[in-house]
Amino acid sequence: MDVVMLSRLQFAAATMFHFLFVPLTLGLSVLVAYMETQYVRTGDETYLRMTKFWGKLFLINFALGVVTGITLEFQFGTNWSRYSAYVGDIFGSLLAIEASVAFFLESTFIGIWIFGWNKLSKKAHATVMWLVAGAGNVSAIWILLANGWMQHPVGFTIRDGRAELTDFLAVVTNKFGLLEIAHMIPSAFTLAAFFMMGISAWHLLKKQHVDFFTRSFNIGLVVGLVSSLIVVITGDMHAVHVTQTQPAKLAAMESHWETQPQAPIVMFAVPDEKNERNKIEIGRLPGALSFLGHHDVNAVVTGLKDIPKDERPPVLPTFVSFRTMVALGTLFPLLTIVGWFLRKRLVESRWYLWVMLLAIPLPYLAIEMGWVLAEVGRQPWIVYGLLKTANAASPIAASQVMTTLVGFILVYGLLGIAGFYLIANLAKKGPEPATEDA
Amino acid sequence: MVLQTVWFFLWGLLWAIFFMTDGFDFGIGTLYPFLGKSERDKNMMIHAMGPLWDGNEVWLITAGGVTFAAFPLFYAVMFSSLYSALMLILFALILRGVSFEFRNKVESPAWKKVWDTCIFVGSFLPALLFGVAFANIFQGVPIDQDGIFQGNLFTLLNPYGLLGGVLFVCLFLLHGALWLTIRADGDLAQRAESLSGKLWPVLTGVAVVFLVASYIFTPLYNNYLANPVLFLVPAIAVAAIVGIKYFLMQKAFFKAWLASSATIVSCIFFGIIGLYPNLFPSSIDAKYSLTAFNASSSPLTLKIMLIVVLLSIPVVLAYQIWAYKLFSGKVTDEELAHEETY
Repeated sequence: MDVVMLSRLQFAAATMFHFLFVPLTLGLSVLVAYMETQYVRTGDETYLRMTKFWGKLFLINFALGVVTGITLEFQFGTNWSRYSAYVGDIFGSLLAIEASVAFFLESTFIGIWIFGWNKLSKKAHATVMWLVAGAGNVSAIWILLANGWMQHPVGFTIRDGRAELTDFLAVVTNKFGLLEIAHMIPSAFTLAAFFMMGISAWHLLKKQHVDFFTRSFNIGLVVGLVSSLIVVITGDMHAVHVTQTQPAKLAAMESHWETQPQAPIVMFAVPDEKNERNKIEIGRLPGALSFLGHHDVNAVVTGLKDIPKDERPPVLPTFVSFRTMVALGTLFPLLTIVGWFLRKRLVESRWYLWVMLLAIPLPYLAIEMGWVLAEVGRQPWIVYGLLKTANAASPIAASQVMTTLVGFILVYGLLGIAGFYLIANLAKKGPEPATEDA
Repeated sequence: MVLQTVWFFLWGLLWAIFFMTDGFDFGIGTLYPFLGKSERDKNMMIHAMGPLWDGNEVWLITAGGVTFAAFPLFYAVMFSSLYSALMLILFALILRGVSFEFRNKVESPAWKKVWDTCIFVGSFLPALLFGVAFANIFQGVPIDQDGIFQGNLFTLLNPYGLLGGVLFVCLFLLHGALWLTIRADGDLAQRAESLSGKLWPVLTGVAVVFLVASYIFTPLYNNYLANPVLFLVPAIAVAAIVGIKYFLMQKAFFKAWLASSATIVSCIFFGIIGLYPNLFPSSIDAKYSLTAFNASSSPLTLKIMLIVVLLSIPVVLAYQIWAYKLFSGKVTDEELAHEETY
């Protein structure tokens, strides 16, 4: 394999591993801050125990998110030096702003939160958690604006063979990035809500800490319901915008070959990229793709055949990731709506608790698929329309990248096992007993 | 010109603050297997840096981000040239970071041993390799006209590069030992104090050798000879090193630690000033060197980022100083027993 492919694999492995931990922390930090605030306001010890229990799970994920994030920032330089030199003027700034205005705050205050229980007033301690939660989400906003610029570059001019900033405001109000934010952040909250509901369901099935986990479940339920609905709405808006800005991605998402009006969505298909067709097509919904992309069943949708071969993304992964994401994204609001009707008799609804327990991995899968769709669907471009991935890698030896790729797989594999072992252990152990029966 | 020069020194300042803050974490982590005799010692050492290391490490992220934003070409060429060394640093930092969080979560000696080893490796290796990397930058790196590195990891492990690594390790060891005298108690604090006393002459010796070697191996002194007033900076470094010894004898440990901080910052600035305007000098031909002028971002980006940094960094410093104040007392047994912490 060449340097480009190896570097892509390495970056994909590093990003997807990072993305196993960060979305949970975005949502869970806010939920923990909310619980601690409830404790400060009501003095109810259960909220304190909830803060500490979910806080511990948050911290393990936070630690893994932080350490895997550092490598990403430096990999642009190590593996993608031609990209870095080309876009640093704009992309580098967004990363630097993220570090200086958000990540500093988050990392400094998390230390204070962990070690400051006896050093700060209750109110101040809860405020610290809100700062952590807020900074974490602001951090995500800057990263997504940076990604949004790769997807749909704005506010620049090409000078001396690189992209130079001309309009900072255009970059930070880039509609593509804003839609990614509006879609991704509620997705993270959905993931956190399902994580909380799933673990609560496990304890409720065992009928232990019933009050504690009923309350936790209900918090997850409200947040999950609202956020999963927002995900669907912003996902739809995002698809319309992708149709306008990245027609090749849309066509690959649907394995759509012929430019036509009333373009269909096919429920199942086996894309055949070589012969520019689908081998098998089952469940054709005429006009559905036109509606998805343009909110008009008669609109013309560009097919892959009208996109030059060297500007098409790989169809199969784009197609599969989109389908998986949409199917799961539709399931989440349905599951939470069912939960809404069962919320008064959760402990008796054992089948539902089982479903929610088994559903824990599904938002993870959905969110990873969303990432695959965004990044693979942008290929062959690293910056859409400007710079191809093939021209972006560092001039280094493939053997070097091979070595570090193996290193990443080993180290991340072991960390993943250790991390999820700890998370599962703590989750199963449950909260500390209430002080009165201790 | 002015903007790029301002950014050059801001860039140096961010790295210097990173070494000043995370430096004591590296030092404590390196001393960890040697000073951490009992389980209590080990937990005390982890607690001494626990509340602060995470915020300290962000100075690295910011230094990296600012390098990317202000000098993209330098960011691209430096990190791809130093690929293997940087990757080793990153892996080490990953292991160090999770070790604090993981170590005490499972009551098993074997589990703890794994993370104890990671704390040591994850602290020692970055300390050494950052020193090697910076010394190589001072000395010049074999990059050709296309910014392609004509060497490998072993090219960097030359005598002057290794000397830089040893210097960094010594700086951080003393810095960490001094922080322990502030935060640890009883026997551990005493051992940290006596170790500081022993490390001081070693650091002083290595620093002198490094200053002489810099004259032989690098062009760093050219800027100083052209502008002798600049010799004030290495003079401050010397005064700061002497200050460490003075305050150590007075048992004013916090002041000794501040003197050690000043030593680290002035050592970094000794190199940065000598380097100017080069960021990444080529040892093949000076024409290929990356400088603050040929590797920088557009004036607009430099201006916007200057505003961002001037607004945000003072705020960061303010809340980090508050955090340091909050956690600069002795670690108590109550804190060690507190189950929410590591």
